[in-house]
Amino acid sequence: MRVARSPRTPYVLIAPAVVAMLGFLVYPMGSVIYYSLQHYDVTQPWDNGFAGLENFRVLLFEDPLFWQSLGFSVKWVVVEVVLQLLFGLALALIVNETFIGRAVSRALVFSPWAVSGVLTTGIWILLYNPSTGFFRYLADIGIGSYDTAPLADPSTVFAAAVVAELWRGVPFFAILLLADLQTVSGELYEAASVDGASRIRRFIHITLPHLKDAIILSTLLRAVWEFNNVDLLYTLTGGGPAHQTTTLPLYVAAKAVQSHDFGYGSALTTAAFLVLTFFSIAYLRLSKFGARS
Amino acid sequence: MTTTLIRPVSKAAPPITRKPANRVSRWQIYLPLGLYLLFTLVPFYWMVVFAFRPRGSNSLLPWPVTLENFEHVWTGMGFSVFFQNSLLVGVASLVSTTVIALAGGYALARYDFRGRQAFLIGMLCTQFIPGAMMLIPLFEIFRTLGLVNSLWALVIAETVFQLPLSLILISGFVKNIPIELEQAAWVDGCSRLRGFFAVVLPMLRPALVAVGSFAFIHSWNNFLFALMFVNEQDKFTLPVGLAFTIGEFSADFGALAAGGVVAAVPVVLVFAVIQRYLVQGLSAGAVKG
Repeated sequence: MRVARSPRTPYVLIAPAVVAMLGFLVYPMGSVIYYSLQHYDVTQPWDNGFAGLENFRVLLFEDPLFWQSLGFSVKWVVVEVVLQLLFGLALALIVNETFIGRAVSRALVFSPWAVSGVLTTGIWILLYNPSTGFFRYLADIGIGSYDTAPLADPSTVFAAAVVAELWRGVPFFAILLLADLQTVSGELYEAASVDGASRIRRFIHITLPHLKDAIILSTLLRAVWEFNNVDLLYTLTGGGPAHQTTTLPLYVAAKAVQSHDFGYGSALTTAAFLVLTFFSIAYLRLSKFGARS
Repeated sequence: MTTTLIRPVSKAAPPITRKPANRVSRWQIYLPLGLYLLFTLVPFYWMVVFAFRPRGSNSLLPWPVTLENFEHVWTGMGFSVFFQNSLLVGVASLVSTTVIALAGGYALARYDFRGRQAFLIGMLCTQFIPGAMMLIPLFEIFRTLGLVNSLWALVIAETVFQLPLSLILISGFVKNIPIELEQAAWVDGCSRLRGFFAVVLPMLRPALVAVGSFAFIHSWNNFLFALMFVNEQDKFTLPVGLAFTIGEFSADFGALAAGGVVAAVPVVLVFAVIQRYLVQGLSAGAVKG
């Protein structure tokens, strides 16, 4: 029920939000698309001017790093989102039970959510470093070797980064799914128990359908977030070794922060935005978000 | 409602039908939980040990406790300044996000106005706009406004990125408050504004806590905006300061760990206090978002 007495009130109330988002989200997004059609390099201003689709031609056909970083982005997002969802769901189910120490356990297992990407890097650099890390103390008691250096070894750097990001990422799913689990009506479970349904059957027929929309939405938000998030990789691996762990946004950030080639950086940005929007729409369509089953 | 029909049955039934196999046994909870707690806590512990133990020690216990690493980062490396900057940006972002989202969220929940639907769709779309990709255009805007090297640039960018989610959460929460409560206040002679402060605001506490803490934690943690928009060392925030420590990490692990503790303590404390409300706020807001 909405009561509209003064037709102007809602506009006044929402104006600050609209102005802020138009000025600092919509307008910049538009200007990215504009810059992507320009030659615009702060260090080479004499070349600035309209470029047409030149930036995109270079990007598609002459820049192997674009394709490589896009490919790595996909791999990174899929691995992270799937693992975070599985661990997060399991964790949410566990801390949704009633047991002694539940409140403390929740606070502790959720806590890495509040930690920044840079801090995560700091902590895991300590853990991975051959002289200060976990593996050195394992070697002290005779397990493994002293020169285990997960971040320096090209064959383990991906797994090392994945684990560090999992540490911080799992609580996101656990919190969101726990919030949704708490809205399942207890009567449904009771009715199912009366009918003799096992725990697994109750999970499949009551819990999962109830969580469906929350899972779709949280995986999508997380996929977008993991795709865009650069803090951890930027500081943990710097995209290396040999660009092996460079995501597309990391490539953009490196272009923006280091090389000041804004025109080409904007073209990369536009390409990434298109990929992301296309993926999001397809995901929501294919997963039938909001459809009642 | 159908629930009234079911209730007598279900109340009587469980003691008879519930088999032991249906209950979760203790170890099914404590074993996986314990393992996961190890994975969560060992990294934190590692940081604490390196921060508090003396230089050159190889012990896995932070003993004897020393504060020399903290003195070094706090005064020698400028973390006291980074801390103040982070605090300023965090609190300012918290206030501006909460106030703007409160006004807008109330309007979205309680009024049907032209453009409401378009705004909601637009807000969803902004969720797909990546922060890293806004670096270049935002930098240009802040340069035009003369805000490069100003902490206000960070406050603005943080607020704008937090707004969509905050608006959705608050409007979902306002919808859950029966309008009749407000109407009763109006009948008693309250103005709409007074009715809002007297009736709606107190009930919004979990939502405000969720939105405010999201805003604070996100801006406290943001790295890329601070790295891009601020170049002077006395304007650095903690993540930027910490990233520079990582850059020199081969030299000083104690400083890295102590800097990490300084950056972690405020958010982890805030989080420990609010995480209960966070789950409440999300489950209430999510239902009718």
